Amino acid sequence: MIDKKMINLKIDNKEVTVPEGTTILQAARQANIDIPTLCFLKEINEIGDCRMCITEVEGRKGFATSCIQKVEEGMIVHTHSPAVIEARKMILDLILSNHQRDCLTCTRNGNCELQALAIKFNVTGVRYEGTKNEHKIDDLSPSIVRDFNKCILCRRCVSSCKKVQKIGAIDIINRGFSSCVSTVGDNSLNDVNCTFCGQCIEACPTGALHEKDSTQIVWEKLKDPETYVIVQTAPAVRVALGEEFGMPIGTNVTGKMVASLKRLGFDKVFDTNTGADFTIMEEGTEFIKRLQENDNLPMITSCSPGWVKYIEMNYPENLPHLSSCKSPHEMFGAILKTYYATKENIDPHKLFVVSVMPCIAKKYERQRNEMKNNGLYDVDSVITTRELARMIKQANIEFVELEDEKFDNPMGEATGAGAIFGVTGGVMEAALRTVSETLTGKALEKIEFKNVRGLEGIKKAIVNIGDKQIKVAVAHGLGNAKKIMEEIKQGKAEYHFVEIMACPGGCIMGGGQPIKSAKIQETVDIRKKRAEAMYNIDARSKIRKSHENPVLQKIYKEFLGKPGGHLAHELLHTHYEAKEKYRFVK
Amino acid sequence: MEKNCIEQKLSKEVEEILNQYTAAKDNLVPILNDVQVKYGYIPQIAQRQISEYLNIPMAEIYGVITFYSRFTLTPKGKYAISVCLGTACFVKGSEKLMNRLKEKLNIKEGETTPDGKFSIDNTRCLGACGIAPVFTVNGEVYGNATVKKLDEVLDKLLAE
Amino acid sequence: MKTLEEIRKIREEKRKELNIRINNNVGTKEKHILVCHGTGCTSSKSTKIIETFRKIIEEKDIKNVQVIQTGCFGLCAKGPIVIIRPEDTFYAMVKVEDCKEIIETHILGGKTIERLLCKDIDGTKVNKLDDLTFYKKQKRIALQNCGKIDPENIDEYIAFNGYKALEKVLLEMSPDKVIEEIDKSGLRGRGGAGFPTGKKWALTKLSEGKQKYVVCNADEGDPGAFMDRSILEGDPHCVLEAMIIAGFAIGANQGYIYVRAEYPIAVERFKIAIKQAREYGLLGKNIFESGFDFDVDVRLGAGAFVCGEETALLESIEGKRGQPRVKPPYPAIAGLWGKPTLINNVETYANITKIILNGAEWYSSIGTETSKGTKVFALGGNVVNIGLVEVPMGTTLREIIYDIGGGIPNNRDFKAAQTGGPSGGCIPKEHLDTPIDYESLKQIGSMMGSGGLIVMDDTKCMVNIAKFYLDFTVDESCGKCTPCRIGTKRMLELLEKICNGEGNMEDLQKLEELATNIPKTAICGLGQSAPNPVLSTLKYFREEYLEHIKYKECKTGQCKALAKIQIDQTKCKGCGMCKRNCPVEAISGEVAKPHFINEEKCIKCGTCISVCPFHAIR
Repeated sequence: MIDKKMINLKIDNKEVTVPEGTTILQAARQANIDIPTLCFLKEINEIGDCRMCITEVEGRKGFATSCIQKVEEGMIVHTHSPAVIEARKMILDLILSNHQRDCLTCTRNGNCELQALAIKFNVTGVRYEGTKNEHKIDDLSPSIVRDFNKCILCRRCVSSCKKVQKIGAIDIINRGFSSCVSTVGDNSLNDVNCTFCGQCIEACPTGALHEKDSTQIVWEKLKDPETYVIVQTAPAVRVALGEEFGMPIGTNVTGKMVASLKRLGFDKVFDTNTGADFTIMEEGTEFIKRLQENDNLPMITSCSPGWVKYIEMNYPENLPHLSSCKSPHEMFGAILKTYYATKENIDPHKLFVVSVMPCIAKKYERQRNEMKNNGLYDVDSVITTRELARMIKQANIEFVELEDEKFDNPMGEATGAGAIFGVTGGVMEAALRTVSETLTGKALEKIEFKNVRGLEGIKKAIVNIGDKQIKVAVAHGLGNAKKIMEEIKQGKAEYHFVEIMACPGGCIMGGGQPIKSAKIQETVDIRKKRAEAMYNIDARSKIRKSHENPVLQKIYKEFLGKPGGHLAHELLHTHYEAKEKYRFVK
Repeated sequence: MEKNCIEQKLSKEVEEILNQYTAAKDNLVPILNDVQVKYGYIPQIAQRQISEYLNIPMAEIYGVITFYSRFTLTPKGKYAISVCLGTACFVKGSEKLMNRLKEKLNIKEGETTPDGKFSIDNTRCLGACGIAPVFTVNGEVYGNATVKKLDEVLDKLLAE
Repeated sequence: MKTLEEIRKIREEKRKELNIRINNNVGTKEKHILVCHGTGCTSSKSTKIIETFRKIIEEKDIKNVQVIQTGCFGLCAKGPIVIIRPEDTFYAMVKVEDCKEIIETHILGGKTIERLLCKDIDGTKVNKLDDLTFYKKQKRIALQNCGKIDPENIDEYIAFNGYKALEKVLLEMSPDKVIEEIDKSGLRGRGGAGFPTGKKWALTKLSEGKQKYVVCNADEGDPGAFMDRSILEGDPHCVLEAMIIAGFAIGANQGYIYVRAEYPIAVERFKIAIKQAREYGLLGKNIFESGFDFDVDVRLGAGAFVCGEETALLESIEGKRGQPRVKPPYPAIAGLWGKPTLINNVETYANITKIILNGAEWYSSIGTETSKGTKVFALGGNVVNIGLVEVPMGTTLREIIYDIGGGIPNNRDFKAAQTGGPSGGCIPKEHLDTPIDYESLKQIGSMMGSGGLIVMDDTKCMVNIAKFYLDFTVDESCGKCTPCRIGTKRMLELLEKICNGEGNMEDLQKLEELATNIPKTAICGLGQSAPNPVLSTLKYFREEYLEHIKYKECKTGQCKALAKIQIDQTKCKGCGMCKRNCPVEAISGEVAKPHFINEEKCIKCGTCISVCPFHAIR
């Protein structure tokens, strides 16, 4: 690599040397000088429209946009001269003047970038009051609530949806003061091409986008003595939940999480990782069968509901490639309402299964008609990592102080393979472990498939299983999924097995995970830290292959029969169908 | 059944427009322009067809339509009346014409009367500054206009 | 395809044929009837006039008479305009019914029709175009061919030295030499900011990249400005030729012209020009066998003022919402699809061929120290001679408004002149003698802008005018950056408050604060200059703001909420003008006796104020 030319400049009287092409904002932050931002979201939204990051550059007319403006040799920058501060105050005041300022009752109270700025600038009143844009709230979808009255038009959500996920369900509409972020025809997200991945929520600095709250129904069920409430937690929740209580990013809080759920009053606390082990058994079996019969290859994973909705809407003709497996928590829910209910003598109608998920598309998935068995939904409610944190806070539980507790028996036992489901490449790796040993009948020498790990957008690998060469691909983020699908559509794909997750990084970066400010997203590699925590759980697990999970072995033996067998198909598999992208068009 | 027929015809016509263009994104504005000229607005079905043809999400197309004042989402009235609010006309009192028009037809700028007969728009300079103030009815220019003159034209159309 | 020789031949032969257009003393029996077919005259039915002339000529089987549709003559207020050559008789406000008489009496009878002659400022009837005061102080460079040729006939353009500059550039000059010539001429961008054109060309040429573009900005959005439209309507080839020259100079093979769709005639004529140029091989591969390829496409604007801003225009060409980009990088470095792009406006291009043919020295001898050449203004508002004027830089406002424009009609007094449209400012009486150039206009709080020049008489309320401009900006703001999206809206709200008599001194302070900080923080020129109309009216007409705030008074009656319209009983002569024009019949009175206004009926529209010949109503 050629070394980049270095540029010398002065920021607030501090000599700074940075590589050519660095922005003033980056250079300042490297020199420990902070510049306030709102619309800036590293590599996703660098458009300079909020104007908070303006700085003064000597000898230049007007202010420089520090998130865009590249450094130049000899530049003298003032990040907080009185003129800059005065202008920034005006900008902030103007934004606040068109913002619904009900901070105390906002879901983002305490974690809002606008609020943080208002605190920083000690805003005690709004000087330039005037008319506000008023919009109706869109809460028709099962997953996302859009409250444009709190939008500051930073466009981070738009970029995330359009540029990263390549969906474009939302965009800027209208012009001038009337501009707003909305869908085509101002329709509900429910009726357009939204996949409910929730990446827009993760990008939003304020409370304009949030998950549809399900905590109310969960509280009600917990209150009801007639209902037997079981909670299951997805693999990715445990490596992020601690962040909501001030713990470092990437802390594994499994024990505290289980303890807090028990304190909240759930009758049983189970691990979705066990569900993931079921998925591997079923998906692995399905894959081997399809490989042997050369049936609709590549087979593509189906555990990410945002991805499933995406393919149903955008590539319906390729649906046969999708594995027929339900996602782990749905499988687990189905087992709980049948096998477990019978065994424990609970009326399945009185059994209420709550899934704690890093995902908001799961809220949509759980109410799909396909996710029913005998008229009962497999899962009754989905709450996100954030919602669980809120419940813990409401119950006044000192999360950080909790002693670790263990998942309940008999369903608590899960493998390391189930654990890594929450990170991109994890499903693939878990599947390869089981498929490999099943096909060869021999124990793996090396259990880790490192070439499907990592945060590259699309990972491709050739895996030798016995005398077979299995070509696999792993994509995360729907933008990357689109690339793979185009390959498949054009018949250029030679893969046997493809893993796709809707969110960039996988479930650890799901739309239900703790929201991090743009500055943290810029300065901390959140994906890497959460992923490391997941792989550590796997590495420390006693059992690391799904097919070796004794709980599963028992349930297959006692109840399900063979993986891929008749009952397994009835309970653990489903089907998908083409969906209209724009349902509102009449 | 009848509705279906109209839709099919519309679809076909839009397709004909699309076929004159390559599927490059920079053709979006010219295509929208053609559709607008042909129908007087941009029907939803056309929006979806354009979205599919150019591979642009509908939200983005909607964003473009709502950005440019030339594009509209609802059909214009049988008589599309437009008052020039360019500076030269404004200085000569075109605001009064606009106010009068709104008052008489009881609609706002950019709206169409419920019976679909009239729609009002403002334009920014038609270049007919020499005969300011001006208003137009379906493109026909009425120069050196006064409230009285406007009333006369309107009354005639209203009586129809 | 035509060879260079063939084009030269067309020039020579056609020029002989068209001698009649410029020479008054040609001994010929031929007559050319030139009818203005620009938007102004078309609006008053000049199309029908052309048809009628042609019909009569055909019916009567008259030989040696041609009817030619031309571009704008400039004096739009007197349209439709008909000129008979070679004698150069100038007929104003011609009606369809007059055609027969013109043919019979003038063409066949050889007699001038007195009643159709145009009245000059002093009231005398003038025979010839050149004798009108309106034209005397003008110098036509950009508008050279407007009104002289048929814009839809490439041969007529060629006859008047068309494509000769291109020939010179491609065969005799290097790209650097072309740029040097433009640079030396001192030409500056006519779109508003006045960036030196030669420098812009040089920057784009230097910029690295194989693919480059030439763009012509014809998105003339400034309300009340129509010079670019007139050039495109009257002389499209001169813009096209300049774009080809620019392509050669900077190393681009593709050009785009971005025209407002509201200019259908201009669009149509430019498209015809492109088609003809392609047929003649003046566009396409290997032009004049020089090895240079160039082509031009038309892109239509769809009604967004902000698209006149260069980066917004580029976004729009790319098929997106016309939202400006943060600069730098400038288009010269990263423009259309990220490639180096040269953007100039129509009037700038219209000067290029003349500079190439006559030399930089000739061009730089016209104008002032810092602003060379001429500037076209669209003169409008409360002025007698509304129309298009082209004057050397350095001409004073007074000369334009009074000598060329004929002063203020209805015996009213001059109050302010507005230049630069929504980005400019209002210039008061005391600055009427300011010589017009980029710097001096800026100094007095306005700007050159694209060339709209609106004159306002003393019936205009300056607070209301400021509100009008802000209303425009708010309407046209793209909504991308905070200060423009919300800030200008707040300014408008404050102005509305003041105009409604609800303003206080703190509102005035807030208005000034916003007006100071918005220019520094907005992304593009639209937002940065949006407060200018407020700043300039505050500077020169502050007392009017104070009247609105402190005394709840609008002396002009323009601010409806504050208006108390009354008829001065001592001044009223009872002519009945007001009564006849009142739309709600609120005025009563007998002839020759003072009239009265029924306050309950009055809708305060102000019509009576402007029509009263005795200034008795206020």
